[in-house]
Amino acid sequence: MTLRARIVVRRPAFRLDLDLTVGRGEVVTLLGPNGAGKTTALRALAGLIPLTEGSIELDGVRIEREPAERRPVGVVFQDYLLFPHLSALDNVAFGPRCQGRSKAEARARARELLDRMGLAEFSSVRPRRLSGGQAQRVALARALAVEPRLLLLDEPLAALDAHTRLEIRSELRRRLTAFDGATVLVTHDPLDAMVLADRLVVVEDGAVVQEGAPGEIARRPRTDYVARLVGLNLFRGEGDGDRVTVGGLAFAAEERVSGPAFVAFPPRAVALYRTRPDGSPRNLWEGRIDGVERHGDHIRVHVDGPVPVAADVTPAAVAELDLTPGRRIWVSVKAAETHAYPA
Amino acid sequence: MAFLVLPLAGLLIRAPWSTLPQRLAEPQVIEALRLSLVTASVATVVCLVLGVPLAWLLARTDFPGRRLLRALVTVPLVLPPVVGGVALLLVFGRRGLVGQWLESAFGFSLPFTTAGVVVAEAFVAMPFLVIAVEGALRAADPRYEEAAATLGASRFTVFRRVTLPLVAPGVLAGAVLCWARALGEFGATITFAGNFPGRTQTMPLAVYLALETEPEAAIVLSLVLLAVSVVILAGLRDRWVGAAA
Repeated sequence: MTLRARIVVRRPAFRLDLDLTVGRGEVVTLLGPNGAGKTTALRALAGLIPLTEGSIELDGVRIEREPAERRPVGVVFQDYLLFPHLSALDNVAFGPRCQGRSKAEARARARELLDRMGLAEFSSVRPRRLSGGQAQRVALARALAVEPRLLLLDEPLAALDAHTRLEIRSELRRRLTAFDGATVLVTHDPLDAMVLADRLVVVEDGAVVQEGAPGEIARRPRTDYVARLVGLNLFRGEGDGDRVTVGGLAFAAEERVSGPAFVAFPPRAVALYRTRPDGSPRNLWEGRIDGVERHGDHIRVHVDGPVPVAADVTPAAVAELDLTPGRRIWVSVKAAETHAYPA
Repeated sequence: MAFLVLPLAGLLIRAPWSTLPQRLAEPQVIEALRLSLVTASVATVVCLVLGVPLAWLLARTDFPGRRLLRALVTVPLVLPPVVGGVALLLVFGRRGLVGQWLESAFGFSLPFTTAGVVVAEAFVAMPFLVIAVEGALRAADPRYEEAAATLGASRFTVFRRVTLPLVAPGVLAGAVLCWARALGEFGATITFAGNFPGRTQTMPLAVYLALETEPEAAIVLSLVLLAVSVVILAGLRDRWVGAAA
């Protein structure tokens, strides 16, 4: 393990307490809503705020008492914070200069890094004349120039527009894979998290609520926040073999599970009927339409009832079934697309 | 408006334009001008050396008594300059708290010397610099300093290579204001440093003195000071104040 940390930061009305381990070359993404404490954790790792309690061990060395300038850490800040009075080259050379290298050496190193980022022709340009994507790459080059063992990125794609974002995201993924130290990345965007992470750590209210491979988390969310992010209906109930009981309803699922369990299914697995359909009473109930909204090329219908669910239907179905808020409607969920797992 | 403009117009109307070149070339005028420029510049340097770190302390650190210090810094701004001169005399005079010690240790006395002029000017002009630089520091984004720290920069390197360049427009504006204030200093200078031609007689002192004997000479000297003020004001408006804001 390269990074092993327990980060505790206490503030009035806020407490952050998380354990974090990151292996060599691994990219761990902290995902969570705004105010969950992700950025605070990153700042604590960088040494910009002190730990209330805990420890940070990097390559077997305790660094939690070292000031920021002595930690082998590189940071890419949310809006990059490139020094406005220095050229791109001197921004990247800043770190090596501080490490005691000569001006010529530092610049040679900076030039090599900018070159690798495909920014050779921008080395004499001031940050304000760089595009968002270019500034992000300069910021990454600047952070890497100090040869850090731990790379921290705070919302590295948040400042980019949707179009550049797509391109920069996969490029960033490539560059992070090439970095052989530990990487911790913070984002509130689930797609960024899924693409960039080897492992996802979901943080809510200052604590880790779920941790695992992106695919695993997308399939088996454990909190409402994660379920919303990955677009699944999620309920907590009691399993007894081949079904899970949630609020008086019995759900048949693919997996057998006993004891406290989660049931998850995608909105497209939900079907709506004006009259009670024939067949199994399982996965079937009557509810009332709460809201209807456009969601990409289909319509998302929110149905209130014993359990509140989201259903995706076609625009044609909306007209045919007269899906207006307040109408009573029958809801059924395909068992084949319903997953159950222990809570 | 008229109240502000009329006196300046009067100065221009009454100016002895025909004899202006000769009067400007008079050794006394040249001497006073030279002394004024030199002392104001040295006073500005003194203010920069003492004032910039002070402004940094006020803007970026928190220590007990910071608010009090901040209030003290602005005292010379509201204090009548003559009172400032008297206060300086009490401290640096031959019998003064520090002056006594300076005299016995180094055989050196500040009052009524050119160095005394510099001290008086710096005392009065310092708040202008400190307030301008502190304002610029507070407006500058401290996260740039954090970014520099994560790149391995020590506190001093951060200050020198990041903070200072970021607040340079503010420092420049402060230094210019400080210089202008020092150039026009009268009360503290005449009280603390006296009025010796060539040694402590700066332009404002020369103006005042000339007014009693040779009003036309006073007008010429005033014109020179007016010209300097206008040039500074124009420069400040167009470049530095705009850049700092």
